[in-house]
Amino acid sequence: MTTATPDAAPSVGPRSTAASRPETRWGRFVRRFRRQRGAVAALAFIVIVVVCAVFAPWVAPKDPIDQDLSASLAGPSSEYWLGADRLGRDTLSRLIFGARFSLLAAVQAVLVATVLGVPIGIVAGLARGWVDAIASTIADAVLSIPAIVLALAIIGVLKPNLTNAMIAIGIVYAPRLFRVVRSAAISVREETYIEAARAGGVGTLTIARTHVLPNVASPLVVQISLALGFAVLAEAGVSFLGLGVQPPDASWGVMLGQSTAELEDHPILVLAPGIAIMLAVLSFNVLGDGLNDSLGREIRRE
Amino acid sequence: MLRLVARRLLKVIPLLLLVTVIAFGLLNLVPGDPAVQIAGEFATEEQIEAIRTELELDRPWLSRYGSWLSDAVRGDLGDSLFSGVSVRSQIWDRLPATVSLIGWSLVLSALIGIPAGTVAGWREGSALDRFLTVGTTIGVAIPVFVTGLVLALVVGIKLGWLPATGYVGITESPWQWARRLILPAFALALTGAAEIARQTRAGVIEVKKQDFVRVARANGLHTRQVLGKHTLKNAMIPVVTVVGLQIGRLFGLSVLVEQIFNIPGLGSRLITAVFENDVPFIQGTVLMLGTVIVLVNAGVDISYGYFNPRVRGS
Repeated sequence: MTTATPDAAPSVGPRSTAASRPETRWGRFVRRFRRQRGAVAALAFIVIVVVCAVFAPWVAPKDPIDQDLSASLAGPSSEYWLGADRLGRDTLSRLIFGARFSLLAAVQAVLVATVLGVPIGIVAGLARGWVDAIASTIADAVLSIPAIVLALAIIGVLKPNLTNAMIAIGIVYAPRLFRVVRSAAISVREETYIEAARAGGVGTLTIARTHVLPNVASPLVVQISLALGFAVLAEAGVSFLGLGVQPPDASWGVMLGQSTAELEDHPILVLAPGIAIMLAVLSFNVLGDGLNDSLGREIRRE
Repeated sequence: MLRLVARRLLKVIPLLLLVTVIAFGLLNLVPGDPAVQIAGEFATEEQIEAIRTELELDRPWLSRYGSWLSDAVRGDLGDSLFSGVSVRSQIWDRLPATVSLIGWSLVLSALIGIPAGTVAGWREGSALDRFLTVGTTIGVAIPVFVTGLVLALVVGIKLGWLPATGYVGITESPWQWARRLILPAFALALTGAAEIARQTRAGVIEVKKQDFVRVARANGLHTRQVLGKHTLKNAMIPVVTVVGLQIGRLFGLSVLVEQIFNIPGLGSRLITAVFENDVPFIQGTVLMLGTVIVLVNAGVDISYGYFNPRVRGS
């Protein structure tokens, strides 16, 4: 990242008007975020991938499952931009459709993690005492089992398919969200306005919704971006092992797993999905870091 | 110090208990009748019955957990569902390969990460620092199986410098053992190295600003002395913690690396168990790894307190 220049006026944008009226939180966020070229590029890449995934049938040049054995293991050409696999399926089209599975899977996993981690984190952070002690110990226990091992174990007792795999990855990630939300809740717990609300007879649930949740939102958004990166990586790993998305459907992880035999003679079949995974994970991580730097409170590290 | 040890060990007990509950509770995630589900589509009535007896599914949960726990404490993790071989002896057979792999990659990730982080932190803001920062960000994002496959292809097959797959026990041939572990350990080490480099860099930057380092430099001590004697020694404390925490991650990622490099370790056995629905083996592995990591974390915390007396009180 660039060195910490003070929030001096950048040359672009409607900043000139901001001198007359105070800047909104959103305006400040946008201004800070725009300065981080890496994060902006990451966001742009994610948007492109999401658009490709949503409009896959229109974007992809071919059907991802359509086999054309005459094109088996074809190299890159004008017809097959990234070549074709052993069954003559177009790699580019499979990548575009694979983005659907990879992204959908990641969203599912993060949804599970959020539903589990966020409410429990808020309650634990607000209530403290034995509720917090129990919830934190459970989180610690889940975290002490290696993520992939626990995910595989959950998939092992359920059934290997995409949904179960994503539930497993969501469960594994939930304690990480729990920790972030809990510590954010603890830090606002002692604020005067919460005390005032309490004294005014406002119920704990209302306090959690109206005062704590907004304060938890910033660190949570950052964590969700990082969680999506983790989930894309985890889905790829699980599907690579054959325990996630089931053929003929293909996520990036499945494409990788299916083409390991072709590695020596047709490395593009491995590299294409590998690079796609890497760029997606990298983008979510860089975006998360960028959000973190843009959403931070006024007092920031030098 | 003694109080720190006592307090930390006291926290270990509920953690370990919860790990056993998680490991045992996995069976309860099985939808419907576990025996029918585990036996699979084509199982006969007898096979289902055999699984029911083996897992003692007719008894209530708590009493099953009690006897499972008391067996586990004595080192009996039950038998694999289909082969009938004891889970403990299977884990024991597979452990040396996995531990060798993880040991090697810990060494490699420290050898790569600590110098890289030191240079980056010492020359903060330089082109080299920025290059290393970008490098570690990318390093964390590359899936370990992609690194593994590319290494196996380029170094193992195309260049032919090192064997691409397979494993030889250290007792058979230490030379072959080391040679065959280099590539998989390197693949595994890269993410860890990135993490260690980041931590070292942050530590060096932090310590470098402290008065004693500035005094040492002002007194005209040679850079190498200031860096080695004053800065690194203090910057290493948090790094030790990270290295400790890496062990859990490495165990997890070794599952993928073992699969790619065809290493007969715990991870590749676990994958077979997952495909076979071999619940006792899965439970045993989760329990064993969870216990090891809880203990390692406690050890890391205690050593942290030992090196840094300021944290003992809190």
